[in-house]
Amino acid sequence: MTVVTESAADPAAGAWHGFAGQGWRERIDVRNFIQANVTPYQGDASFLAGPTERTRAVWSSVTALFPEERRKGILDVDTATPSTITSHRPGWIDRDRELIVGLQTDAPLKRAIMPNGGLRMVENGLRAYGYEPDPFVTKVFGTYRKTHNDGVFDAYTPAMRRARKAGIITGLPDSYGRGRIIGDYRRVALYGVDRLIEAKRAERARLDGVPSDEAVIRDREELAEQVRALEELTRMAAGYGCDVSRPAATAHEAVQWLYLGYLAAVKEQNGAAMSLGRTSTFLDVYLERDLAEGRIDEVRAQELIDDFVIKLRIVRFLRTPEYDELFSGDPTWVTESIGGIGTDGRPLVTRTSFRFLRTLYNLGPAPEPNLTVLWSPALPEGFKRYCAEVSIDTSSIQYESDDLMRPRTGDDTAIACCVSAMTVGKQMQFFGARVNLAKALLYAINGGRDELTGEQIAPASSPLTGEYLDYEELRAAYDRMLDWLAGTYVDALNVIHYMHDKYAYERLEMALHDHPVRRTMACGVAGLSVAADSLSAVKHARVKVIRDESGLAVDYEVEGDYPAYGNNDDRADSIASGLVTSFMAKVRRHPAYRGAEHTQSVLTITSNVVYGKHTGNTPDGRRAGAPFAPGANPMNGRDRHGMAASALSVAKLPYDQALDGISLTSTVTPDGLGRSRADRVTNLVGLLDGYMASGGFHMNVNVLDRATLEDAMEHPEKYPDLTIRVSGYAVNFVRLTRNQQRDVISRTFHGAV
Amino acid sequence: MNGVEQGRLPTSVGGRVHSWDLSTGVDGPGTRFVLFTSGCPLRCLYCQNPDTWHMRDGRAVGVDEVMARIESCRPFLAASGGGVTISGGEPLLQPVFTGEVLRRCKELGLHTALDTSGNLGARADDALLNATDLVLLDIKSFDSRAYRKLTSGALAPTLRFARRLDALGKRVWVRYVLVPGWTDAEADVDGLASFAAGLDCVERVDVLPFHKLGAGKYEALGLPFPLRDTPTPDVPLVQRVREQFRAHGLRAD
Repeated sequence: MTVVTESAADPAAGAWHGFAGQGWRERIDVRNFIQANVTPYQGDASFLAGPTERTRAVWSSVTALFPEERRKGILDVDTATPSTITSHRPGWIDRDRELIVGLQTDAPLKRAIMPNGGLRMVENGLRAYGYEPDPFVTKVFGTYRKTHNDGVFDAYTPAMRRARKAGIITGLPDSYGRGRIIGDYRRVALYGVDRLIEAKRAERARLDGVPSDEAVIRDREELAEQVRALEELTRMAAGYGCDVSRPAATAHEAVQWLYLGYLAAVKEQNGAAMSLGRTSTFLDVYLERDLAEGRIDEVRAQELIDDFVIKLRIVRFLRTPEYDELFSGDPTWVTESIGGIGTDGRPLVTRTSFRFLRTLYNLGPAPEPNLTVLWSPALPEGFKRYCAEVSIDTSSIQYESDDLMRPRTGDDTAIACCVSAMTVGKQMQFFGARVNLAKALLYAINGGRDELTGEQIAPASSPLTGEYLDYEELRAAYDRMLDWLAGTYVDALNVIHYMHDKYAYERLEMALHDHPVRRTMACGVAGLSVAADSLSAVKHARVKVIRDESGLAVDYEVEGDYPAYGNNDDRADSIASGLVTSFMAKVRRHPAYRGAEHTQSVLTITSNVVYGKHTGNTPDGRRAGAPFAPGANPMNGRDRHGMAASALSVAKLPYDQALDGISLTSTVTPDGLGRSRADRVTNLVGLLDGYMASGGFHMNVNVLDRATLEDAMEHPEKYPDLTIRVSGYAVNFVRLTRNQQRDVISRTFHGAV
Repeated sequence: MNGVEQGRLPTSVGGRVHSWDLSTGVDGPGTRFVLFTSGCPLRCLYCQNPDTWHMRDGRAVGVDEVMARIESCRPFLAASGGGVTISGGEPLLQPVFTGEVLRRCKELGLHTALDTSGNLGARADDALLNATDLVLLDIKSFDSRAYRKLTSGALAPTLRFARRLDALGKRVWVRYVLVPGWTDAEADVDGLASFAAGLDCVERVDVLPFHKLGAGKYEALGLPFPLRDTPTPDVPLVQRVREQFRAHGLRAD
């Protein structure tokens, strides 16, 4: 594309003309800019425009590549060039027709390697898809340049390795990028890179007078790296004919500049989740200005967003099939947070909030970008109804409670990955994956031995020996086991994040944060419902233990009924809430690297299947190998009083003890929402209002028939776009493994009878 | 505490209930707490809940216990535009219990609905109906002979109840289960449509396609399912019947 350059000497006269407010001019403060310039939109979706011929043409050039990519696993990869912001020459989809330009490599869907995280991950990824690792790369990263992965394993203790191998602590980002850091990419558009560099130099200068202890030295080096990354961003953008050293002057430039900032991040980092932030209402200010001045019309405004979203849909990383099996398909978690309410009570919903959702029709449903609506019962009715319509039609939106987040992280909060709230540009997290609470319960019963291998994993303690499990005795043993687990877990995370900062620092993403930044240590738990139901069974029914010849408890017989989590029954729900609170307290006892604040999530994404595979029979009656429920969901089929009752149980989990998010995935048949389309929209809005008003944090909404999913399993070719939500994330159903597909189908469907 | 409190029946008022659910979009507007009472005077051939026929099979509960359960969902029900529906079985088989639950729900500011065949409409006193915002009135057939064959009961009490609701200005949603060979005759549907259209109180008609998902319950109870071999209605038939209601100016979904 050709970008018309105008004088950047005085931004107020050029790029910033017509904008209101003062604070944001004097300091880097995008939130202040939004507050001073936002035009909340209270209407409905009738103003939206469909896709143009141009949009269709660009999108079909990309979709034409998907079948081959799906068949081969990856379309292409550059094996010889470790990716940096400037490593690859510019690439295009359709140079004459693209509005928003920039690719990770020189061709669409062609992947790059990022060995900083770990060389083995790169080599395994390449070999899995039939490529040979480049010998020079192997030599450099095997001989001269240490990786994050190498560093971590130098510092892991034997106890950490055992816990990791046994699968009681899993998914640790010790061989790949940790992700879940959101650069404030809006800054690139609003200020231009030169001004951002100036601000970074000022932050750095403030450290000049401070004695050079280890922390200060590290800060200075990081700030120097941040400036270097910003300079590389300017060079990379120039390759596409864009001068991002100055502020964006038009809506077209604003979208382009913002995207180039994001592109630099995904060229530099293969983070587990590379989320976008909260960009739609920011961009709306530019689109409104251009619309008012007649520079663009609605059709063009939508085209810009459609083109932007096309780019976000084709972000790709080279990963191993095992990783993809854990997380379903090829996830990148390009999460965009939409909507919400300002601290002054004004909704932050704009026409561009609608335009982002509209892409699900203009381009068809898709898992990426991960469109996330920050929901509040106080959102404008027209927007709420449009969201519900889009959910019913596409199952591609997730919802998170703006009312829970706003008092804690403010009204410029965005979601990283699935459910992790953070203040954009001011806060980052050390991603900590999760521990397996269900397996820990079995360890408590078996004195620290693994129920599948018999190996001693946790420090040896006396196993429970009674014929029947005794609730008080089990609680006490579990409590001690969780003490050990929390300590080992936080310790391992400290090692990981120390090494990640050292060997795979996110220079560009952190350049788009303030210094100093607020850090959280994001711990997590999986198997909550299995653990809670197991304890409930022991407490309210009788659970007989079956042991093998070595005395290892390998199976359980439940005699009688017990109240299960997921029925709005406090007898079981309080056990689940209690586990969340107590594990959080245990985690907090162990100091976190760089003074990070401890948080916790109840989230599994799709790894609930793999966790289940590696966990033996449990006292709730679940069979060995059977999947856990995803995230904070009640166990499949045990929630017997409908979707809302199930949601009410989840809503009781205390958000203050799980500030990294609590994930609920709900699947409902269209009939389960009402008889007519209008009723369904009204009732879905009501469900979301009801859930959030009851303290619920997050809900994935799938509106699907079981028959559709069964048909898609048999005839994947008929459903290339079928998107479903799973625990904080959307996936392409036909790209799930057969096991995961079966798991999704076996999950509770809430329908009308 | 206050007048309302003093006027309350003794908390020993109780009833027999089968179960509860939170449902959306099927038992009145929004998401609703649905209380299924036990016991029913009718024996509809297509009944999907044979486990609710006998009062003696239900669990004895006090009104306070029911209300505690409802209270725990109140913010959800209120925010979702829903409320509480008493269904069954036949709730009017236990009018004191049903009336008290409805009244207590009204005290909480919740929207209330009563799902009834109307067969025992005479047992609903005005106080009970005062505490009812919406009546889901199941009219199972408009042909009195067919009605008796289908339900073993009489149609007339239901129609009398419908007229009384109209006189009281109650909001009513008519529910009509469409069973091929039993309730799909054009003339019967027209008759009902014309009756319903003549009542100002009828806001909409829900045409519910017959299904056999309750067949397993018959098996579990060791009972024969009388309509085992009756087909479920196809889409064109459902469409035709809805159109017949619409032709009379009714909203039908």
